[in-house]
Amino acid sequence: MVSSTLRDIITAKDRETRDTSLEAICEELGFEELVAECDSLDRFRRESDNLYERVRALFFLYAIHRFYLPAKLESKSGEGAVVSFEAYAHLLERRFGEALDYFLDDQASVGHSDAISSALAKSYYELALQNLADQVQASVRAVRGNQWMFRTGALEDYPLQIRSELLECQNAAYPLIHERTAVRMDLSHSAWSDIFFLGMDYPSGARVLNISVNLAVHGRDAHPTPPVEARFRVIDQPVIRLASVDLGVSAEITELADVFNFAKDYLGLLKAALIASGLVPMGLEGSGQRLSTLLEKLVSRGRGFELVSCVNDIPKGSRLAVSTNLLGGLIAVCMRATGQTKSLEGPLGEEERRITAARAILGEWLGGSGGGWQDSGGVWPGIKVIEGCRAEEGDPEHGISRGRLLPQHTLLDTDVISSETRDRLRDSLVLVHGGMAQNVGPILEMVTEKYLLRSAKSWEARQESMRLFDTILEALKEGDIQTLGKLTTENFFGPLQTIIPWATTFFTERLIDAVKADFGRDFWGFWMLGGMSGGGMGFIFEPSRKAEALERMKVIMAELKGQLQHSLPFAMDPVVYDFSINEAGSRAELLRAEDALMSPGYYAMTLPLLLREDPRTLTPERRAEMERFESRADADRPYDQVRDKLLTYLFPRSLSGESSETSLDQLLETNGFDPLLHERIQEDMRRGLIGLSKNRLAASSQVKDVRQGDVVNITTAEDEAVGRDALANGEVAVVTLAAGAASRWTEGAGVVKALHPFCKFEGRHRTFLEVHLAKTRRAGSTHGTLPFHVITTSYLTDGPIRRFLENVDHYGMSDRVFLSRGKSIGLRMVPMQRDLRFEWEEMPQQRLDERAQKMRASLRKALLGWASETGEGSDYRDNLPLQCLHPVGHWYEVPNLLLNGTLADLLSKRPQLKTLMLHNIDTVGANVDAAMLGYHRQTGAALTFEVIQRRLEDRGGGLARVNGSLRLVEGLSMPREEDEFKLTYYNSNTCWIDIDQMLASFGLTRAELGDASKVAQSIREFSSRLPTYITLKEVKKRWGHGQEDIFPVAQFERLWGDMTALSDVPCSYVAVPRLRGQQLKEQAQLDGWLRDGSRDFTASLCEW
Amino acid sequence: MGIRKAVITAAGESQRHLPLQTMVDGQGRNRKVLGLLSDEVTSAGIEEIGIIVRPGTAELYRDAVEDVSAEISFIEQHEPRGYGHAVLSAADYVKDDSFLLMVSDHVYVSDDPEAETCASQLVHMAEAEDCVVSTVQPTHEGRLRNFGAVGGTLFDASRDLYEVNAVLEKPTPTEAEQSLMTPGLRHGYYLTFFGMHVLQPAVMSLLDERSNALGPNEQLDLSAALNEYARRGRYLAQVMKGRRYDLDFRHGLLIGQLAVSLSGQYRDEVLSTITDLLARNARYESAI
Repeated sequence: MVSSTLRDIITAKDRETRDTSLEAICEELGFEELVAECDSLDRFRRESDNLYERVRALFFLYAIHRFYLPAKLESKSGEGAVVSFEAYAHLLERRFGEALDYFLDDQASVGHSDAISSALAKSYYELALQNLADQVQASVRAVRGNQWMFRTGALEDYPLQIRSELLECQNAAYPLIHERTAVRMDLSHSAWSDIFFLGMDYPSGARVLNISVNLAVHGRDAHPTPPVEARFRVIDQPVIRLASVDLGVSAEITELADVFNFAKDYLGLLKAALIASGLVPMGLEGSGQRLSTLLEKLVSRGRGFELVSCVNDIPKGSRLAVSTNLLGGLIAVCMRATGQTKSLEGPLGEEERRITAARAILGEWLGGSGGGWQDSGGVWPGIKVIEGCRAEEGDPEHGISRGRLLPQHTLLDTDVISSETRDRLRDSLVLVHGGMAQNVGPILEMVTEKYLLRSAKSWEARQESMRLFDTILEALKEGDIQTLGKLTTENFFGPLQTIIPWATTFFTERLIDAVKADFGRDFWGFWMLGGMSGGGMGFIFEPSRKAEALERMKVIMAELKGQLQHSLPFAMDPVVYDFSINEAGSRAELLRAEDALMSPGYYAMTLPLLLREDPRTLTPERRAEMERFESRADADRPYDQVRDKLLTYLFPRSLSGESSETSLDQLLETNGFDPLLHERIQEDMRRGLIGLSKNRLAASSQVKDVRQGDVVNITTAEDEAVGRDALANGEVAVVTLAAGAASRWTEGAGVVKALHPFCKFEGRHRTFLEVHLAKTRRAGSTHGTLPFHVITTSYLTDGPIRRFLENVDHYGMSDRVFLSRGKSIGLRMVPMQRDLRFEWEEMPQQRLDERAQKMRASLRKALLGWASETGEGSDYRDNLPLQCLHPVGHWYEVPNLLLNGTLADLLSKRPQLKTLMLHNIDTVGANVDAAMLGYHRQTGAALTFEVIQRRLEDRGGGLARVNGSLRLVEGLSMPREEDEFKLTYYNSNTCWIDIDQMLASFGLTRAELGDASKVAQSIREFSSRLPTYITLKEVKKRWGHGQEDIFPVAQFERLWGDMTALSDVPCSYVAVPRLRGQQLKEQAQLDGWLRDGSRDFTASLCEW
Repeated sequence: MGIRKAVITAAGESQRHLPLQTMVDGQGRNRKVLGLLSDEVTSAGIEEIGIIVRPGTAELYRDAVEDVSAEISFIEQHEPRGYGHAVLSAADYVKDDSFLLMVSDHVYVSDDPEAETCASQLVHMAEAEDCVVSTVQPTHEGRLRNFGAVGGTLFDASRDLYEVNAVLEKPTPTEAEQSLMTPGLRHGYYLTFFGMHVLQPAVMSLLDERSNALGPNEQLDLSAALNEYARRGRYLAQVMKGRRYDLDFRHGLLIGQLAVSLSGQYRDEVLSTITDLLARNARYESAI
């Protein structure tokens, strides 16, 4: 094999060479050398039989194709080469190896291109993660005590039996095991070293200081208790009854296959516990055997069992590993019930804790959540150091990875960390939940990637964090809480943010500043609890001020949330916790006879259902349980409260009604609902003129890639001179589209994307809006005239943006910033049966297993019936008002400027205004570039669109020749999915608009902008020339006590790109660099955007 | 070490009736189960047999062993406090001798009826190695809940002999995988007791110690004592060339009888009868 620098780094025996960073090498290499390295690495990753070498080679290949090769691609042979649809299909099916072979073939035949490199980067990255995930799963299976569950493939071999004590029914009550488990906090913040891959590859670098804690919500609960509870009992029905008290969901499982169907309901965690504890062994999946036979062997004929979980209302995102410890508690209770632990009651033994932890990992991988390796720390008592350990001979991991899957737990007793220190920690630390809900998944992937790439800065930071670990442990041993606070703060602002800049948030930093301002030197430090800040966090105070801090933190956090709730994804109101160190770990007691009761919450959930049943049909066991509940309620307040509220549970308040009807009409009226347009669309939809199948261009349409000369990618000095003059003369305004709710950006949290402080520039978090205005400010100071800047808003974003801009004094540009409130809104409609059928029968669908397929078929039949009975194409009003409204597509943003008078206002203030630059809120690299403007002017086109070379992730249409005519085609209207893969260019949605030509297209002049009815009429007429896309959207309708149904409803949208299909609107296209045209759609893109130089490019355009 | 004594436990709940059931031995003679077992014992050169019974029940068993060549003694277990306790009841009987221990609700069939019986294989091994030996057989993890099981290392492959380092009574597969994995066995298989041991006085002393420490409602377990013994003394497990049949299982007597008959001199006659039965049954099934 030919020598390769990078391969030598991976295989080096000495640690120093092995820890060489990729960037140090790649920055020095030229294009040809990089290509040679890629060839060598690709061969190596196929040939190496060492998992970690393979994975590191894959990450190197990913990074080269993502960050280094594209920058050196200029004028190489394959520029513009696209990726093939076949390869993409493999990628969709997660067949990464096959996809890579296709992409490499494409590269070999047409040369290197940005598009192919993006596809290779994605495939290498996914394959690396899949390899790691497979290895963790294999290691979990290989843990002794877990292996048999994978072998048990037939019920003849089923080995478990319920312990006889649980079958001793007294007064119609089976005994009930009640397991209570702590949650854990990691006092060191381990720099994410508890990620499995890291611990298994670098065991000596994987260390955490893990404390089991009890919790109470300050002001709500009397005192801290173990927050995680699991209960198990035998029942007199041959079913598995599962219930999650917190989620308010329960189910009776009668089919074995349903245990393995995690997505069916919200009981996935409980199902994972059944499997991971061996009650339903993994080997039985797909065996076609009967659950009743299993239960007969496990319990006895005619009987089953019930498993109930409860986390005492501890909110999600607490960063205290609630779900892993719940899984641990559920697994422990199941193991106790089946004699897999020595005792039915009391604490677990050390071996039992270890097997519980291993099984919790298994359960997490089954359920797809995959927490860290320290997360089940709550199963152990007190304070412990958990650290990775080397795989020795005899370990299943030996020869595969350097470290074991399961870490080593060393309990630190009161000789090491005294009782006084424990009290001091309790007296100083305030635990909070800031209320933000974030997905830490991308962060954990980033940590893995950076670790394997050994980026110099992050590698040094990791070493620094390990040094801090030692000093933190030392401070704790010495009982010096003040130093501890200093060190955790140092960790957060130093190594942690160097490794992952996104660990901090604007909210966190404002919160720390506010606490510092209030408490001065008595605020000893900040401590990030988990994957990232904003949710669970710790604040350390001088003990005499802790009581005050508990109250004050609530107020500060509530105020900040009030200010930022539209900018950042808050899932809940901030909470302050009381806590105590749990010195017991997971512990169980057996409740018999009168004491054999579930938690009060369980009865709040189940009693209304039982009361609806005929009492004669209830089993004696259920009747006896209700009697026990009744007598307990006489004596025990929480049970009594359930009884008090029974009527509310039985007849929950209706969520829809006359009042919401009224407010829907009000909303429609105030947001520019056009009833005439609505009726026309309704009519067209009913007549079949528009609909899902009509979104697509005719199947006979020929979609081809652009020809040479269709797109210009070089602007001239003359263009720039023209642009500069126009800018100096104030002839340009910027229009930023900010009407959207950023559902993809925040995964449905519904904040205003424009106001999201997404990244730090010059040491401060800046919002998208501030970045765009800073670019306009720079253009103003460069060219002497500050351009006008319009921000378009909608019923969702107008109020928050207006208030936010007032708060920041319009960033000092108040007389140049205009808000254009949306004047178009749609009312959703009951779908047509033919559209439903098209969606379900004509579009590609994931096939489900037989039973689920039948369920889906019956549900769909019911929905077709609903559409027909309610009236196909009729208004959809039977839900909360906001669920009935819909945005109508970004085409309307420009007409809105006319409808709401913004354009008229701009023109009256600057009659010389001739051009608008329209762009998306997330195209942060777009600015009013003089050369672009000049080019647009010189072409004489009404519209000039900026396009970028397509990368794999750019889905949703592109620039094409359709039946010979050049135009932008939306993804919705592609006649065939594979057509999109022929296209070199993707629409960045930045568009230069010639105001007068646009008005002329609408049949208007500048003078007529004051005539509201003429403007409305012209726009309505013009809009009918554009395609109306009908889409189906699933909306939830909530009812009862946490019940919800999902209805598919129809809505329409019109898109700005379709202007290019109109023959009387002259358009031109210019290819811009990705740095300028890149859109930020997901937060997971931010790290790559920072590292590939896009952020610095954007910063270079700004003036703060 | 010459082993001359045996102890058969017959005081358990299931052992009140099963040892007294009549079976047909390999020579076609009607024999009580206890008689069959006694034949097995004497084949190993045992001269004295002590049978552990419930108080006042010795007479029930006396007829069953009247034609046995060894000297028979009946020993009463005064309280039903577990299998270990039953064995300990024989302490005065065995004194300082090693002895063969068997249960009374199993029958044993050697793989080669012409060669040694199971008891004889065990006793000879224990005499040769001069240590505690238990007979074992590989059992799938799905059936572990019925047996005591041992974990250890291979001591002598040619004699199927293992050195025991852990014993657990009716383990779950989880416990078995953690502490009873034994090299050389197929995945998912463990060595479980065959119902026959040769014990030494040291085990009786251990049982005695544990008995003295027993709480009011606790049972004395032989497996726990053997687990402790495995850490103190030399303890081997021998994979028996034979099969054991637990008469207490569903159809246990029927299957035990078939096994004994099919290894005896009337094998062909029994086989042809079974074949005939099967054929009739098949005709009946096809008729309906």
